[in-house]
Amino acid sequence: MSGYSGFIVGFLFIALIIACICATIYGRKLIRTEKTDAVFGNPTKALGGWHWVVTGVSFILLSWFYFSWDAARAFNPKSANELCQIAKLDYAVNPIRTVFPIDDNYLRGTRLLQREEAQLAGLEGNIDSLGLNDDKKAYALLIIESMRDAMTSLASAENLDAATTQKLAGIEERINTLTDNMADAAFPGAPTAKQIELAENQGHWGDPLNEIPLHPASPRGYKFDAAAKEMRSIARDFGRIRNTNAAFLAQIEEQKSRLKTFNQLTESATGLSDNEISERKDFSKTLTRVLRRIDDGLVFPPTALTGIEAALIALDKEQRNQQGAVSLYASLMMPGGSIDAGASNCSEQGSGRWLPKPSDTIATLARISDPDIGYKGFPLLWYKMKPVSEMIGFIVPDFIVSLVPGEFPRHDESGLTTGNFKTSVYNFATGNFDLFSVPVPAGHVWDSLLRVLAGLFFGIILGVPLGLFMGLSRFCKGFFDPLIELYRPVPPLAWAPLILTIFGINDDGKIFLLFMVAFAIMVISARTGATGTALSKIHAAHSLGASNRQILRRVILPNSLPEILTGIRIAIGVCWGTLVAAEMLAGTTGIGFVENVARKQSDYEIIWTTIIILGLLGLIFDLIMRWVINKVIPWRGKG
Amino acid sequence: MSDLVSDNLNMVFNVSTGGTVHALKDVSFTLKQGELLSVLGPSGCGKTTLLNIIAGFIRPTGGKLELGGEEIDGPGVNRGMVFQQGALFEWLTVAENVAFGLEIKKTDPDVINKKVEEWLEIVGLAGFGHVPTYQLSGGMQQRIALARCLINDPDLILMDEPLGALDALTREKMQSLVLKIWKETGKTIMIITHSVEEALLLGERLFVMAPRPGRLHKEYRLPFAEQGLTQDLRDVKATEEFGETREEILTMIWNMEEEIMGQV
Repeated sequence: MSGYSGFIVGFLFIALIIACICATIYGRKLIRTEKTDAVFGNPTKALGGWHWVVTGVSFILLSWFYFSWDAARAFNPKSANELCQIAKLDYAVNPIRTVFPIDDNYLRGTRLLQREEAQLAGLEGNIDSLGLNDDKKAYALLIIESMRDAMTSLASAENLDAATTQKLAGIEERINTLTDNMADAAFPGAPTAKQIELAENQGHWGDPLNEIPLHPASPRGYKFDAAAKEMRSIARDFGRIRNTNAAFLAQIEEQKSRLKTFNQLTESATGLSDNEISERKDFSKTLTRVLRRIDDGLVFPPTALTGIEAALIALDKEQRNQQGAVSLYASLMMPGGSIDAGASNCSEQGSGRWLPKPSDTIATLARISDPDIGYKGFPLLWYKMKPVSEMIGFIVPDFIVSLVPGEFPRHDESGLTTGNFKTSVYNFATGNFDLFSVPVPAGHVWDSLLRVLAGLFFGIILGVPLGLFMGLSRFCKGFFDPLIELYRPVPPLAWAPLILTIFGINDDGKIFLLFMVAFAIMVISARTGATGTALSKIHAAHSLGASNRQILRRVILPNSLPEILTGIRIAIGVCWGTLVAAEMLAGTTGIGFVENVARKQSDYEIIWTTIIILGLLGLIFDLIMRWVINKVIPWRGKG
Repeated sequence: MSDLVSDNLNMVFNVSTGGTVHALKDVSFTLKQGELLSVLGPSGCGKTTLLNIIAGFIRPTGGKLELGGEEIDGPGVNRGMVFQQGALFEWLTVAENVAFGLEIKKTDPDVINKKVEEWLEIVGLAGFGHVPTYQLSGGMQQRIALARCLINDPDLILMDEPLGALDALTREKMQSLVLKIWKETGKTIMIITHSVEEALLLGERLFVMAPRPGRLHKEYRLPFAEQGLTQDLRDVKATEEFGETREEILTMIWNMEEEIMGQV
């Protein structure tokens, strides 16, 4: 992210705010001065109003700049780096923090005791289903009871040994020292040469492959980075502290041997039902698990950790204090998420992540618009040179070769073959000759466009005549209606797997799929149009001497144009939807393909780029159709 | 001579609910060339059916219908038709609408242009050629329909309540226009209407039809159309004779309607 484009984004952001406000003020003023028609419900009041368009557009763009954090980056490109250092401390504190009832309702020890007690109580309640005789039952209950004793013994302050108490006090002291350091302006001292070098060479927020610069680069950054480092060490040491003592460990060992005895009893027992065997196995498995957890020694006496808790709260308060302006900046300019640190990197979370920044999106669009880069080695929209001979070979049918008299030449004694006239015709018909090349469009966008247009074209030239005849002839309607009404309601994508299998995953299959979509829509709209022709117009044409053919072409077809054009407009929309989905399903080119690949790579910028391209294409198509409708059928609804 | 001869014309419709409707029963008349005939009757008396049969849009179930000695079988250019709502082709301009019949016949474009201009002049729409029809008022649309029909030079002009949808003032102007065209071209014109005044003004002859089954009830020969050619239409309407005839016919139709209501 260079400073220059940051300046542009900042400028745009402010300009958009001004535009939005000005247009709104203008609109409000207009409303106040235009009080001639004060009645609600007059639809002509919705006409005009470009200033509201300005408001709407700038509102959308502002939201985009704001929620994608592009504005935040433009005004303060270094903020993300600082927030990353702050997040590092949060990440480092987290292992200790989760022990205390700060983000949770209970102390970790309390939670563990509750859980194990519930387990043991469950085992006690279920003891009768094990099929034990009285002796063995007593033994099982003894195991449960001693397990409970071992567990609760840890909660007693008497059983906390001196060494552990000392370790806990050490942790508390280190946290307090860290808190004092945080408050100290001099901490952690001047950055080392290596730190400075790292900071200078780490790139900027939003560079490709470098979401957020990791290394601290500001005084606050150095402080939080150093604090995070110290905190990691404290957390590691804290994690190693176990509340165990010699008596407790001996008890655990005894429990283990008791469990082993119990297991042997089960194994040697005979005449047990399958159910009893499995119940006994579960019993001993559950007890083993409980034992292992108690073994960890993570339960401390209720007040043993209060010192650390207080130190942690003090540290939290101080680090918040030290965040200063940057956290305010984050809460103002980075809505809908935060910058989080992980073990080895920092990342944007929330809307800053899934909503790419406009400037990045435009840069991506510009990058993949470059025909030499493109996407997956294919440009978005460019041209390529295509030999004319190939086109001629495609158009000229191959069978003309067999119409030429004579046979193909055979090789002669010297092993060579001399071409004859038939060979020449064959080469011509298959396009195997040299001629100049012409540029033809190529690229993902063009491929999609071509498929839609081809499907639409065939749908229209076949669907409209059939639809007109179905509107006029009882036979046509009766014959074709079941066919069309049976396949039309099926969602086009349900056809896709079948069609793509039959016609191939390349253009043929997709064009046929789109043809099916467009065909049904065109048939139905043309039929509606033909059915809607006023009988008096047909009569008039008849008495003016028109033949059936002339009536079809000069009266029924123009009369159906409004419905046909509406049908085309709908068909374009449905075709795009179907195409993109079909391209996602299979294929190697097209906008849907691009989006699908981007989705697999979680490349949100490309995804948004394809969405923008599709939106623009849709808009262009609709504008064209609106223009065509205004030009071709200005009389619509006025007959 | 292209006279219209109807001989025992019968029309029976099969109704979808079963049963039949006798729309026309034994209709016989002769309309001489150049005559102006108006047909009047209560609704359901078969006037539109009669017109559609003459135009050739439907075939009678019995009887014979000849125009100029040839039996009518299907629609043809020798019978022009003007409809209640104009039935113009709104995707064409005024001139293209008027030229429709000639275009169909693949007439030379220069001839078409000349004739279209002539006819637009006659119906009072000179200079409106390039205007789309949907921008014009009802009266103007009806003038276009008239011109479109007349440019084909038909032997017989059939009008199905042509002025029914117009306001009173426009209507009167159009009545003058019809009379003027009748006089100047000498065409045979048959007008169906449900306005007694219009039937009296635009009918040298007047058929009053009766319903169930549809049949010719009474025929009049009237002087008002001739008078209308020389006098103001309002003066014609103000004469005593006009008033008396109107009352007589109104009473007749009123009674028929009463009878129908009684039957139901």
